Amino acid sequence: MILPALFFYLFASVCVASAVMVIASRNPVHSVLFLILAFVNASGLFVLMGAEFLAMLLIVVYVGAVAVLFLFVIMMLDVDFTQLREGFIQYLPFGLVIGAIFLAELLLVAGGWVMNPNVTKSITAAIPTNVSNTEALGLVLYTKYIHYFQLAGMVLLVAMIGAIVLTLRHKVKVRRQDINVQNARNPELAMEVRKVATGQGLQDADAGSWVK
Amino acid sequence: MTITTAGYSLLPVLPELTLAVGAMALLMIGAFNGPKVTGLVTTLAVCLLVVVGAAEIMLPAGKHVTFAGSFIVDDYARFLKVLAIIASAVTLILSREFLGDQSRRIFEYAILVLLSTLGMMVLISAGDLIMLYLGLELMSLSLYVVAASNRDNAKSTEAGLKYFVLGALSSGMLLYGASMVYGFTGTVSFAGIAAEARTGNIGLVFGLVFLLAGLCFKVSAVPFHMWTPDVYEGAPTPVTAFFASAPKVAALAVFTRVALTAFPGIVVQWQQVVVFVSLASMVLGSFAAIGQTNIKRLMAYSSIGHMGFALVGLAAGTQEGAQGVLVYIAIYVAMTLGTFAIILTMKRNGQPVETIKDFAGLSRTNPIIAFFFAMFLFSLAGVPPLAGFFGKFYVFMAAIKSGLFVLAVVGVLASVVGAFYYLSIVKLMYFDEPVGKLDSMRVELRTVLAVAGVFNVLFFVYPAPLVNAASFAAKSLF
Repeated sequence: MILPALFFYLFASVCVASAVMVIASRNPVHSVLFLILAFVNASGLFVLMGAEFLAMLLIVVYVGAVAVLFLFVIMMLDVDFTQLREGFIQYLPFGLVIGAIFLAELLLVAGGWVMNPNVTKSITAAIPTNVSNTEALGLVLYTKYIHYFQLAGMVLLVAMIGAIVLTLRHKVKVRRQDINVQNARNPELAMEVRKVATGQGLQDADAGSWVK
Repeated sequence: MTITTAGYSLLPVLPELTLAVGAMALLMIGAFNGPKVTGLVTTLAVCLLVVVGAAEIMLPAGKHVTFAGSFIVDDYARFLKVLAIIASAVTLILSREFLGDQSRRIFEYAILVLLSTLGMMVLISAGDLIMLYLGLELMSLSLYVVAASNRDNAKSTEAGLKYFVLGALSSGMLLYGASMVYGFTGTVSFAGIAAEARTGNIGLVFGLVFLLAGLCFKVSAVPFHMWTPDVYEGAPTPVTAFFASAPKVAALAVFTRVALTAFPGIVVQWQQVVVFVSLASMVLGSFAAIGQTNIKRLMAYSSIGHMGFALVGLAAGTQEGAQGVLVYIAIYVAMTLGTFAIILTMKRNGQPVETIKDFAGLSRTNPIIAFFFAMFLFSLAGVPPLAGFFGKFYVFMAAIKSGLFVLAVVGVLASVVGAFYYLSIVKLMYFDEPVGKLDSMRVELRTVLAVAGVFNVLFFVYPAPLVNAASFAAKSLF
C-alpha cells in the first residue's frame, strides 16, 4: 500500500513544483518544458487512479502535440518577454495585496470547513470492472454521450472556419502550385532544342522563348 | 405536462438540427462559389433562421426533455430561443451593407452567426453542465471570430484577440466551478444538482461562485465587464449590434436557468452574488457612461447597466422576477437593435462617424431619425410610457415584493443618473447646431428602425402578448 502513496506524492509534488516553474522561469522555452513535465506527472497521477486511457491521451495529445506546437510557436515568434514583463514590478505590490486579501478570505472560509464524509460517496459512478478503460469510454462516447460528441464536433468546425476566415488571404500575386498544369506538361512544351552556332551562343533577343 | 422521452428523441432538437445542417449546406455553397455569393448566403441564412424560429414555435406544446435530461425544451426555452433567433436574423440584415464592401465580402460571416445562434439555442436549452459548456463555447468561439472579421483594421483584430483571451479565462473559471459543483454533488444535471444541493456546503458554494463568475463574464456584468467597451468599440458596428443583443439573451437565459433550476435549495447563497453584481453593474453602467465620446463605447456601458437591471429580476428569485427578466431582455433587444440601426446609418460621404458629437443638430437635418433615436434614448433611460419603462417596472416590482428594497432604490437612482447621459444626446440632437448632412438611410436599416421604433413607442398600448408569453415562460421554470 505504501508504494502507490509514495508515487502519488512524488508525481503530485513534481507536478505542482513544475507548474510553479512554468510561471516563474525567465526563459519562455524553459516554461514550456516545465509545462511538459507537469503534463507527464499529471498523466502519472491518472495511471495511479486507474485511468490509463486518460494518461495516454494526456501524453499523446498534450505532450506530443499541443506542447510541442507551443514550443515551436514560442521559438518562432520573436516575442520580447523582458518587454512584456515591464511594469511587472510596478504592479507587484498591488497584486500582492490583492492576493494576500484573497488568501486570507479563503483561509477564513475554508478554516471552518468540515468535509462531509458522505460527499465522496455520491461522486463514485460505478467503475466498470470487466472492461478496459478505453472500452468503457467507447461504450458511452458514441451512444450515451453522442449529443456531446456531435456538439464538440460543431465547436471544432467553428474553430476551423475561424482559422480560415482570419488567416487565409487571397492574394493575386502569389504563385500557386497547379498540379494539373504541372502534369499536363510534356517535353515539347517544357523545353526547346536549339542548334547553337559555334562560338555564338544564344542571342538576347531569344530570351523570351527560353522560359516557357 | 412533461413529455420525457426515455431514449434520445430527436423531435425536440429538430430546430437545432435544421440550423446545423443548414449552416453546413450554406458553408458548402459559399466554399464552392467564393466571395461573390456573400449576399446570397446572407439572405439564405436569414431565411434559415426564420424557418428554425417557426419550427421552434411549432414544436408540440409542453415540456420536452431528451438526451437523458441534458436538453430541455420548455416555454422558457422557446421564448428565449425565438428572441435570440430574431436578434440574430436582424443582425444579419443589418450586416448587409458591411458585407457588401469589396474588401469584406466574407460569406463565412453569416455562417458564423448561424453557428453562434446554434450555440445560443443549445445554451438556452441546456439541462446539464456539459451541455451548458459546449453551448457556451460554440457561441463564444464564433463571436471571437466575427469580432475580428474586419481583419485589416487593427482595432477589430485587437477586439477579437481581447475577447478571445478574456473569454478563455472566463471559460476556465466556469469549468473550474462546474468541476467543483460536480465534485460536491456527484452529478452534472441541473435537476440532480438541485436534489443534492440542499445545504450551503462550502465546497459547493465555491463552485457556484466560480460558475456564476463565468456566466457574469458572458453577460458582461460588473466586475467582469472590462472587455465590453473595448470589444464593442473595436468590432465592426453590425457585429457590435450582434454582441449587444443575441448572446446577451442566451447568457442571461442560462444564468437564470442555472440559478433557478440547479440551485433552488441555496437561494440565499447565490442571491448575495447576484444582488452585488446587479448593483455594481447598474451603478457602473450609469456613471462610467457619462464621460464617453464614442457612441459604441456608450452603448457598451449602457448594456452593462441594462444587464444589471435585468439581474435585479433574477435576484428576486421568484417566478415574477423571472418574468421580469424575460420582459426586460425582450424589450432590451428591441431597443438595442433599433439604436444600432441608427448608429449604422451615421455616415457622412460614405465614411462612418461614431462620435456622439456627430449627432448634433440631427433633428434639423434628419427629423425622423432624430425622433426615433430620441424615443429609443428615452426608452433606454426608462421614461414612461415607452417600452423601456415597462421592463424596469417589472423587475423592480419583483425585487420589492421579495423585500430587496435597497436594490430597487439603488436601481431607480442609477437609472436617473443614466437618464442624464441619454438625455444629453437628445439635447445635442435637438438644440445644437448641425455639423453636416448624413447619407441617406438604406432600406433594410429603415425597416428595422421602423419595426423596432413602433414596438418601442406603442408597446404600452398592447403589452399583453409579450407579458403573457413571459409569464408562461417563467412559470415553466418553477
